[in-house]
Amino acid sequence: MKIVVCVKQVLALGDEVEFTDDGRDVDPDFLELSLNEWDAHATEEALRIRERSADGAGGEVVVVTVGDESAADVLRRCLAMGADRAIRVEAGPGALADPITVARALAEPVRAEQPDLVLTGVQSSDSVQAATGTALAELLGLPRVAVVTRIDHTDGEPTAVVHRELEGGLVDVTEVDVPALLTVQTGINEPRYANLRAIKQAREKELAVVRPSPAGQPACSVRRMYAPPRGEGARMLDGEPAEIAARIAEIVKERLS
Amino acid sequence: MKGVLVVAEQLRGSVRDVTRELITAAAELGGPVTVAVLGADPAALRAGVDVAGVDEIVEVRTATAEFENDVYQRAVEALIAERDPAAVLLGFTVNGMGYGPAIAAKLGLGFASDVFGLAREGGDGDRIVCRRAMYGGKVHAEVELPAGRPALIMLRPTAWPAATGPGGAKVTQATVGEPGSSRARHREFAEAPASDIDITTAEFLLSIGRGVESKDDVPYFEALARKMSATLAGSRPLIDSGWLPSARQVGQSGKTVKPKVYLALGISGAVQHLAGMKSSDLIIAVNSDPEASIFGVAHYGAVADLFDVARELEKLF
Repeated sequence: MKIVVCVKQVLALGDEVEFTDDGRDVDPDFLELSLNEWDAHATEEALRIRERSADGAGGEVVVVTVGDESAADVLRRCLAMGADRAIRVEAGPGALADPITVARALAEPVRAEQPDLVLTGVQSSDSVQAATGTALAELLGLPRVAVVTRIDHTDGEPTAVVHRELEGGLVDVTEVDVPALLTVQTGINEPRYANLRAIKQAREKELAVVRPSPAGQPACSVRRMYAPPRGEGARMLDGEPAEIAARIAEIVKERLS
Repeated sequence: MKGVLVVAEQLRGSVRDVTRELITAAAELGGPVTVAVLGADPAALRAGVDVAGVDEIVEVRTATAEFENDVYQRAVEALIAERDPAAVLLGFTVNGMGYGPAIAAKLGLGFASDVFGLAREGGDGDRIVCRRAMYGGKVHAEVELPAGRPALIMLRPTAWPAATGPGGAKVTQATVGEPGSSRARHREFAEAPASDIDITTAEFLLSIGRGVESKDDVPYFEALARKMSATLAGSRPLIDSGWLPSARQVGQSGKTVKPKVYLALGISGAVQHLAGMKSSDLIIAVNSDPEASIFGVAHYGAVADLFDVARELEKLF
């Protein structure tokens, strides 16, 4: 049983924002890097499937990302969690511009692994397109299910039964042919923490670096990024916690009276 | 001007609200609006899409009643080939996520999702510009889709008002070839476990989020809610962690609520959460991050530690 997990290093904004001189992105100095939350769940799920599969430790979990050298950090985190190997697809200029382009960069390296399952997160916390996984499935010619909260699969069976989480909490129980690509929703599991020894060992592991597949034409391009208009916004209550609480109590009681 | 193709979304025999929101957006974008309705008996869904703004309804009969992504993908690809629309609009929904990006990747279309603003530019309106959010909603971006090829755009639910008013669209039937085999097949629906609490009928919701950092603190907020005569609700991370039951979840994957008062403590305001509570009569938010998105929809806000405020509130009820 071989499972490939595609992960992303995401960028999070702190309290302050400044934009690049061309106004098309946020100044990198104001961004913090981390493993995408959904991808941590996808990695955890792959590890659990490997652990309960028939060949147990014989199974393999391979994590893949597209990015520059800094993205190696997220691969090492996945290795520390227990992934067996990691591949970084070297990102050229514009390689992360849109999810379709990212899927194209991932396609050949993932195909070369001939996985039984491919897992991705539903979406990334920074761009929120929820598209890379489904686009990648198409490029790989794989069946897929998006927004999965449960995976039932016995090694060697031709299908898996998965839960697809619809809006409002309704679950669509879906049978999918394998090999398949599944995009994993938070709530499917609780990602494990890596212990210090595993983190240290992951630092010493070698990461494979491969060239991306041809990018093709971009699917979109950002022409301007800006602070969102505040609109009317909230009326801010200032002061000490006691004063804030007093105002809230007053407003609530008046509204409910 | 080339037209706009809207793909209707349906579940268990009803057209979902997002469909009529897509119709509003399509009519604003300009050009003839065609709505594709897929189903085992699409004519039965006609009333749900025959509203003002629709020029044509294309009914596509499918072998399966419920959504399957291969079936939708094949049908929409056939309609794109036949009609060459400027834009194809899908909901940014769980169903849409299952096939929209696949079509864009296969046909090399322009693509953007979670879009909440649309405009046409250029001499013949051939270039579409989308507005969407990035980095947790803290910045917005204008995204240009390439001219000269169709764009597949997934729109954020509740971003446009639903189209209403009498329709009268032309109705046509389309066949999209042999159904073929669907590789991911709907088996059944499983309902969320029944619960004795209903947060959708509560007048006053005290809603907690990620700011509550430990499961051990949840009973404190249960007690606070009781003291304030409020019903306790929460955002997705607390339900994912198993700290609160799913019946108490507010948001797109939980319940949509419209209480008289929604008091949010430690909720930053993910888009999916805002979609589930932004129609509340009165929203008060307390968060330690002054840039939290929830302040964009709240009527009153306070930048403070939620525990400090909670301990003071406790004394006042």
